[in-house]
Amino acid sequence: MSNEDDRQARTRGPAFTAKSQLMTTDDVARAMRRMAHEIVERNHDVASLSIIGLQTGGRAPASALASVLAEISGQPVNAGMLDVSFYRDDLSRNPLVASSATNIDHDLTDRTVVLVDDVLFTGRTIRAALNALSDWGRPRAVQLAVLVDRGHRELPIRPDYVGKNLPTAQDEAIVATLEGVWIGTREPA
Amino acid sequence: MSAIIIRQGLVVGVHASVVADVLIVDGRIAEVAATIDAPSDAHEVDARDCWVGPGFVDLHAHLREPGREAAESIESGARAGALGGYCALVAMPNTEPALDNVALVSYVLERGARTPLDIAVAGAITQERRGELLAPMAEMAALGVRLFTDDGVGVQDPSVMRRALTYAKPLGVRLAQHCEDERLAAGGTMNEGALSGRLGLIGRPALAEELMVMRDIELVRLTAAPLHFLHLSTSRSVQLVLAARDEGLPVTFEVAPHHFTLDEGACSSYDPVFKVHPPLRTPSDVAALRDALRRGVVDAVATDHAPHAPELKDLVFDEAPAGMLGLEHAAALTFEALAPASDPRTFFQVLSRGPARIAQLRADDIRVGHSAHGASMVSGEDANVTVFDPGSRWSVDRNALESRSVNTPYDGRAMTGRVRATVAKGRLVVDQGRLT
Amino acid sequence: MDRYEGAGVIESIRGRSLLSLDELSQEAIVEVLDTAESFVEVNRRSIKKVPALKGRVVASLFFEESTRTRLSFETAAKRLSADVLSLAVASSSVKKGESLRDTIATIDALGIDAVVMRHRSSGAALQVSRYVPHVRVINGGDGLHQHPTQGLLDAFTIRQVLSERHDTTGLESGAALFEGLRILIVGDIRHSRVARSDVAAYATLGAEVRLCAPGTLLPEDVATWPVTVASDFDEALAWADVVGLLRLQSERGSGAFVASLREFTFSHGLTVERARRMKPDALIMHPGPMNRGVEIDSRVVDSSRAVVERQVSNGVPIRMAVLYLSVAGSGEGHTP
Repeated sequence: MSNEDDRQARTRGPAFTAKSQLMTTDDVARAMRRMAHEIVERNHDVASLSIIGLQTGGRAPASALASVLAEISGQPVNAGMLDVSFYRDDLSRNPLVASSATNIDHDLTDRTVVLVDDVLFTGRTIRAALNALSDWGRPRAVQLAVLVDRGHRELPIRPDYVGKNLPTAQDEAIVATLEGVWIGTREPA
Repeated sequence: MSAIIIRQGLVVGVHASVVADVLIVDGRIAEVAATIDAPSDAHEVDARDCWVGPGFVDLHAHLREPGREAAESIESGARAGALGGYCALVAMPNTEPALDNVALVSYVLERGARTPLDIAVAGAITQERRGELLAPMAEMAALGVRLFTDDGVGVQDPSVMRRALTYAKPLGVRLAQHCEDERLAAGGTMNEGALSGRLGLIGRPALAEELMVMRDIELVRLTAAPLHFLHLSTSRSVQLVLAARDEGLPVTFEVAPHHFTLDEGACSSYDPVFKVHPPLRTPSDVAALRDALRRGVVDAVATDHAPHAPELKDLVFDEAPAGMLGLEHAAALTFEALAPASDPRTFFQVLSRGPARIAQLRADDIRVGHSAHGASMVSGEDANVTVFDPGSRWSVDRNALESRSVNTPYDGRAMTGRVRATVAKGRLVVDQGRLT
Repeated sequence: MDRYEGAGVIESIRGRSLLSLDELSQEAIVEVLDTAESFVEVNRRSIKKVPALKGRVVASLFFEESTRTRLSFETAAKRLSADVLSLAVASSSVKKGESLRDTIATIDALGIDAVVMRHRSSGAALQVSRYVPHVRVINGGDGLHQHPTQGLLDAFTIRQVLSERHDTTGLESGAALFEGLRILIVGDIRHSRVARSDVAAYATLGAEVRLCAPGTLLPEDVATWPVTVASDFDEALAWADVVGLLRLQSERGSGAFVASLREFTFSHGLTVERARRMKPDALIMHPGPMNRGVEIDSRVVDSSRAVVERQVSNGVPIRMAVLYLSVAGSGEGHTP
C-alpha cells in the first residue's frame, strides 16, 4: 500500500459491515452514463464545464464521469480534484480526516463547475466545497452530481444529477464506489 | 510546667531499647521505667507502638530571617521543625544580610529564644560569604556559635579554606562545607548527564562536588581541623569521606532526605520544586546513600530546609531559586529509607545523637543558652524528646504545612511514619501530631 | 542506540500541544508532513487562506526575539483564518523574574485557543502547558531544548527535494525516502535546540545521522543520542547525502568553547574546498540565520545544492499544518 492509501485507511474511520448490495458495477456504470447525458442535455457546451471531484469519495466518480462526457461529446473535458478538509464547519463534531491533494489546473472563472461526490448526506461537505470554490475564482454556475442521495439534509442543498435515491436511517452507512453501492453499518467510534 | 508522662513507647537508648514509661518534670527526664505512677495532673501521651527517643536536631535549616521573611521566619520555621520532631535547629547564615557578625547572630539567637525550640546559629566562614576574608569566628563563638559555613556556596579558594580551618581549630568550633566547585558547576540547574542533555538544561557534574570533597579532605589532613561535609549527594562523595574517616581524620558528613529519596528523573517535568544545589542525582547515587544509612555509617540526616516564596518557584526552571522544604518530612523519609530493617537506634542516631554531637549541643558540650540534645534517655537529662509512630500512614498536602512556603517536592505523596509528639525543653509542643 | 522511555509515544498531534519532537512517533511526524503538502498548495493560490481556524484565537508569545520565526507563525495562523494576538514580550516591560504564570493568565483571560511561544529557558513551553492545560501550546523554541517546527520543516524540505528527484510525491513516499538516508549535522550542536529537534525527526524517520563538531561543541550526553559521532569532517562530508550546518550560538555562551571564529571555520567550516568533497547531489541545509564566511562560505550558500530558501518557504505550510492539527483537532468532545 502506498503511503497515501495507508493514511486514508487509518483516518477513514470505523470499519464498515455491509448488509446488502443495492447496485452492482453495471448498475453504477449505467447511472453514470445517464447522468452524463443529463449534464450534456442541460449544459450543451461541454467545453465550458469543469468536472470537479471532491476528495476522496468523489475522485473516482468524477474521473469516470469526465471520461464518459468526453466520449459522448467527442471533446476533451476539463477535470480536477478538490480537498475540502480545511473548509469544514463541523470540525468539533467529526474527527479530522487527513487532507488530500487539491488539483485544479485551469481557471474556474466563468465556467460551470459540476461538483461530483459519492454520497450526499447532510450537505455540509458540499457547503464546504462551495466555500472552497469561492477561493478559486468565480464560476458562472455550480451544479452537483452524486452517485447516491441518502437524505437527512441539514442545509438547503439539492443535487442536480443523482445516480440513485436511497432513503436510509440515520445510523445506517452507505458505501458508494464505481464497483457498486452497499448499505450497512459502521462500528461506533 | 506540668509534668508529662509518655506511656509504653519503645524507649530507644544508645545501646538498647525497651518498652517503658517516661516521666518528664521541670524540663528534665525524671524517670524511665516499665510502669510509672505519674502525678495526677501529668499530661498523658499515648506512645504505644511508637518509638520514644531524643528530640531531633537539624544541622541545616534555612530560616530566612533576616531578609526573606516572605518565605519563612525563625518562628514559622520553629513550628515546622517541631511538627517534624525537631527540638533544635541550626540556622544557616545565608540570610540577608549574612550572619557574619555578632550583631546579626545575637538577633537570630534572641528571636530563636522566643520559640519553644533551641535555635542555634551557624555563622559564616567568610565576610558576606564572599569567600575572601575571614569572618569574626572568635567573637561569634563566644556567643555560642559552634558551626561555621558559607552554605549556599562552598569556599572556592583553597588558600582561604586552609586559613579558615587553621583559624577555627583552636577555637574548638567546626567548619561545614557546601562542596561544589562553581566553575565546574557552570551555572547548571540539574545533575549533568544524559537527562540534562535531553532536557536542554546545563548540568552540574558530580565531579564539581567530589573534587571539593577530595580537596577539603586533604586540607583537613594538612590542618588537623575538624570539618563537616554538608548534603553529600553522590555515592563517590560518601565513599571518599568514609575512607577519610576510617583513616582517623576528623571529618563528618550529612545527607539530605531529598538526595536519598528523589533522583534526577524528577526534573523531567521542569518543575522548579525539584531544583536544588547540589542537584538530585542518579538512581544509583540514591541507592548508595540509602545503603549507607542502613549500614549505620552516616553521621547525620540534615534537612537543608530551603523555603522560597511561592512566586519564586513559579518561574521557569532556569530562573527559579534552588532548594526545597524538608523539616516536616525528614523523619518519615528517613524511616522509609531505613526499611525494611528500620533499626530505631540508627533512626535516632542520624536524626538526633549524631547531629547533636556535630552541633556540640550534647550534655557534655559547653553550650551557651541552649539545653542539651541527643539524650541517652536516662533520668536527669534535659527533656528534648520525640515520639515517632512508625505505623502511621498519611500523605503530604502542600497547603497544610506549617512552613510559610509550599515548595515541597512531596505534595500528594504517601508517607509512612509520623511524629506523634514533641517535647522541647520539657514542654509538650506537639501532641497527637499537631502543634499544641 | 536505545531511545529513552517516553520517546516516540505520541501517535498524532491532533488536539495536542507540540512541545518536543522527541515525543512523536513516525506516524505523528509523517502526518504533519503530509498535511503540510496540502498547505503548500494553498500557499500557491491567489487567495492563500482557508477558514479552518476561523473564530479561534492564537497568541504568539516570543520572550526571545525572532522576527522571522514569529512572522512565519503569525502568517500561518492568519492563513488559517485565526485571530492572532501578537505579544513581542521580549520588548515589553517583562523583566527577568516575572512570573510566567502571570503573563499566561493575562492572555488566557482573553480566551485563547493556542499559544505559540519562544523562551530562552528550556522547558518553558512545558511549564506553560501545565498552567493552561486547556490551551494548545506550540513550542517555537525553548532554551537549549527543542525547536519542533524547525525539525519538521527541515525533514519536510528533504522529503520534498528527494521526492522531486525520484519522480514521486511526498504524500506517496511517506517516510520511505528517509530509510538509510545519510544525514550529517555540523556545528554548535551542544547549544542548539534545532540540532536536538532535527536529530529526533531524522532518527525517528529512519535516517542514519552523524554529528561532527569540535569536541567542546558536542553535547556531554551525545553517547545516548541516536547518532554516530564523526571525528573526520572530510570523510563525513564525502559520506553524507544531506549536510545540515549550525552556527555558533554565541548568545548561549558558545564563545568560550572555541578559540575563535576563524579557528571554527578552519576546523569545521563548509568552505568551497570542502564542499567539493561532498557528493554531487548532496543537499546543504541551514536553519538560519547564517553567518556567511563562518560556518559556511558565501559561494556555497548560493550554490545549487543549498536548499536554504526552500527551508524558509516551507516554514509557513509546516506551521499551518501544526496549528491545524493541533488546534482544529481539539474541538469540544475531543480528548487532547
